[in-house]
Amino acid sequence: MPFSSRDIPNEFVTRIAVAGGVVLLVFACIFARLWFLQVAKGAEMRIVSEQNRIRLVRVPAARGVVYDRNGEILVDNRPSFDVVFVPEDAPDRRAVLRTLATQLAEPEQAVLERFKAPSKRPPYEGIVLRRDLDWQGVVALETHQLELPGVTLQVGPRRFYPFGSLAAHVLGYVGEASERDLAESTSALRPGDIVGKANLERAWDAQLRGVPGGQQVEVDALGRRVQVLHEEPDVPGNTLTLTLDRELQEVAENALGDRAGAVVAIDPRDGEILVLASKPAYDPNVFARGILHSEWRALTQDPLRPLNDRAVQGQYPPGSTFKVAVAAGILERNLVSGRGGVHCSGGVPFGNHYFRCWRRGGHGGVGIHEAIVQSCDVFFYQFGQRLGVDGIAEYARKFGLGLPTGVELENEKPGIIPDTEWKQRRFKQPWFAGETLSVAIGQGYVTVTPLQLAHMTATIANGGTRYRPHYVKRIEAPDGSLVREVAPEVLSEAGVAPETIAEVKSAMRDVVMAPNGTGKKARVPGIEVAGKTGTAQVVKLADSNRKTRASRDHAWFIAFAPVERPEIAMAVLVEHAGGGGGANAAPIAQQVLQYYFERQGRVPAAPDAVPSRRVTQEAHAVRSPAPDAL
Amino acid sequence: MRFDRRLLTHFEWLLPLLVIAVSGLGILCVYSASHTPDVVGLPTSAARQLTWFGAGVVVMLLMVSFDYRRLDRRAYLIYVAVVVLLIAVELIGEVGGGSRRWLRVGPVSIQPSEFAKFSMVIVLAHYFSRTAPARLGPREMVFPLVLTLVPAALILVQPDLGSAVLLIAVSMTMMILGGVRLRWLALLASPLVAAAPILWTHLKEYQQKRILMFLDPAQDPLGAGYHIIQSKIAVGSGQLWGKGFLKGTQNHLNFLPEQHTDFIFSVFSEEWGFVGAATLMGLYLSVLIRGMLIASRSRDRFGLMCALGVSATIFWQVAVNVGMTTGLLPVVGITLPFFSYGGSSMLCLLAGVGLVMSVSTRRFTF
Repeated sequence: MPFSSRDIPNEFVTRIAVAGGVVLLVFACIFARLWFLQVAKGAEMRIVSEQNRIRLVRVPAARGVVYDRNGEILVDNRPSFDVVFVPEDAPDRRAVLRTLATQLAEPEQAVLERFKAPSKRPPYEGIVLRRDLDWQGVVALETHQLELPGVTLQVGPRRFYPFGSLAAHVLGYVGEASERDLAESTSALRPGDIVGKANLERAWDAQLRGVPGGQQVEVDALGRRVQVLHEEPDVPGNTLTLTLDRELQEVAENALGDRAGAVVAIDPRDGEILVLASKPAYDPNVFARGILHSEWRALTQDPLRPLNDRAVQGQYPPGSTFKVAVAAGILERNLVSGRGGVHCSGGVPFGNHYFRCWRRGGHGGVGIHEAIVQSCDVFFYQFGQRLGVDGIAEYARKFGLGLPTGVELENEKPGIIPDTEWKQRRFKQPWFAGETLSVAIGQGYVTVTPLQLAHMTATIANGGTRYRPHYVKRIEAPDGSLVREVAPEVLSEAGVAPETIAEVKSAMRDVVMAPNGTGKKARVPGIEVAGKTGTAQVVKLADSNRKTRASRDHAWFIAFAPVERPEIAMAVLVEHAGGGGGANAAPIAQQVLQYYFERQGRVPAAPDAVPSRRVTQEAHAVRSPAPDAL
Repeated sequence: MRFDRRLLTHFEWLLPLLVIAVSGLGILCVYSASHTPDVVGLPTSAARQLTWFGAGVVVMLLMVSFDYRRLDRRAYLIYVAVVVLLIAVELIGEVGGGSRRWLRVGPVSIQPSEFAKFSMVIVLAHYFSRTAPARLGPREMVFPLVLTLVPAALILVQPDLGSAVLLIAVSMTMMILGGVRLRWLALLASPLVAAAPILWTHLKEYQQKRILMFLDPAQDPLGAGYHIIQSKIAVGSGQLWGKGFLKGTQNHLNFLPEQHTDFIFSVFSEEWGFVGAATLMGLYLSVLIRGMLIASRSRDRFGLMCALGVSATIFWQVAVNVGMTTGLLPVVGITLPFFSYGGSSMLCLLAGVGLVMSVSTRRFTF
């Protein structure tokens, strides 16, 4: 008997029977529900499904506005008409696209390509075929609406940079989310969404982006809107207030003019970046509109590389500006006693080489103060050797050279501060004593970014505190409430004696203020300015015929002012200037400093008034939306 | 081991045939749901589903061929292994759709929460086959409760509300059928009910929305409410005979969210109508009745509890999924057994069916 050995009490069977009853009951409900939906209300539902022309339309959120430190708008949005095509509503897609191409005065192929570009998209969802249609285009489409089923015009926010290329390397640009953006994003990013692609727009994308809204829209059989059934408003992105000073930025960029180079100005009291300029630049508006292939090629193939942010990504030998850090090391290690120094006769022999001073005739007897003021190479050859390459590297790093500053910009480059370990790692070779001589005057393997040099200058100016350079001051929600206030952040203390800093500062003061100073051209009447010139060789003197641009020297100038209570510290680089920093870079620093103090009413206006104001007005004229935008 | 000829003569045929019928319809429907007119050939999801189904049938046959009582002895081992997998998901799992649910093993991703259901059935069957026959008191409930809450909590943090709720529902069902008195269960449920507000605050915003939405669908016709409305339209518009295979407009206009997983029943009902939907429900009902019949006839209490546990898993998933797609229940992410796209789910459910078959086939041997 099969049941004899069962160890199942009878009440289990009862329970299972009850459970079976429950199951039957639940299924009865399901059958009833299906009958109700499919048979009783089926005909009704069929009609609804056939007329199911309720669309979910995403309403893109306006990206957050960006202000400079004085409340001037640097990045804004303006309305733009976008041509949106919903393939599902067009009985004959090709015909519609052909008509559309005619109306937009575009080759049919171009329109077709844009239609095919996005891959996985439901057919009821619109594809943006053209952003920012002009007024004529709007009229053309409106009048031919009947021939264009499925084509609608949507008003969407478009990123707008009122000052064009001004500060382009800080602000960055936006564009449609790429496949990679979509894959990497943690938030609900959809094809066609606009995201930050570079620099500020990218680094602060999460703050700026906002939350798209939605509309439930009823459309007719041709896809034309009948009514909006329900609407969820979009939440605009947060507002950023930068530490950047728009006017000062403009003065700096104008001072650089057509030359390639960079200007960085930092408030040494808290690390706020006032100016972060890189030239040549590009107009980010071109990207917001949707950059054309030819335009992109022109930008990437330009030998001056306008997309490159020289201020934070450019790595250049610092030349004599580096002597400031080396001098601090020499003083800290007490290598010069009293008024001791060297006798410069125009160069020193070392091994098989003869290391020249920039002044052929020599400087004669030189102490450390004079060595900085006159930028005597021989002094730094001699004492740099005593300090040793590792000693030089130690002090350079104390001032933040060779380290990324941590500014909120992608691809910040660290530069190179060589030491014995670095050489071993990089070249699998020991350090040669002769190489120390080049390093001591900021040549050889040494490279830094303009931002690092400005950071070093700010650190010296404030007595040795390394504030992290930052350019965002405040983040506010669209309703004006404060989201975050960016507080100054101390990276480290340089750890250098106050006497050392005082000595360096005093020498830097004389670079500008002394009658024989190499940085005289940075003088601002009524203000004590300190600085240091630099001329960085790109190729060895012997190799250079000084003809080609690429072989010409870089000109540097670092400065801070006023000497007693520094408010502004800066670094100026003119790439391949072909001459010394005193002649080529110091005048740029002068213009920035002049404007900075002049605007505060602390110095009289220079006779040749700074061109900035005029340009400002032009820029404001551009700011009001062009007539075709509305 | 000597081969017992009775294993062949008593082989359970009906249950696998029913399940294969459901799975076959499911693969057709996954095909339809992921079908796009421009793509020629089998959409990858349908092909994958077919592969997983094949693998699942192999696992099912392996389960039949081996004596289910060996699982009884290894119940805790299996349980611990699954908990380890769930913890691994938290640590190194892959993120998809905002939650961390998958583990990558070579070329495939597995979803340990599906395995958790299977191990839960085994471990509770093990426990309740050893407790005093009937009228269990609160003391006997503490251990199975802890056993349930550990994986449920791990699944909830993924977050996967649907799977966590399902796991608890299956455990509760097994407790009741295993002999726990209703009054103790009610007592036990009371702190849970009291904790509901706290639980509520821990739900993701979209989960809260879905539940509120169910209470008042008009509240958010754009978001979660929109999906319920569209799903109901899809089901209803199928009418008596359906719109026909690959002809579901609701489906192909992409009005339905997750149409090849959670909302696959809407796709099926649209295309096959009441006749198709009722047939499918009839197949599920037959599976459940067969499962319970096997339970009632099984030799030992472990086999009985296993058969009941597997049946309960299938029952709750079908009831919740269909209830949700037809607007009877709030939308929680629960798939339709053997039908929705998903490899881990297919594999584990077919393993469960194999287990029930093993119980059935061995009811005369000892």
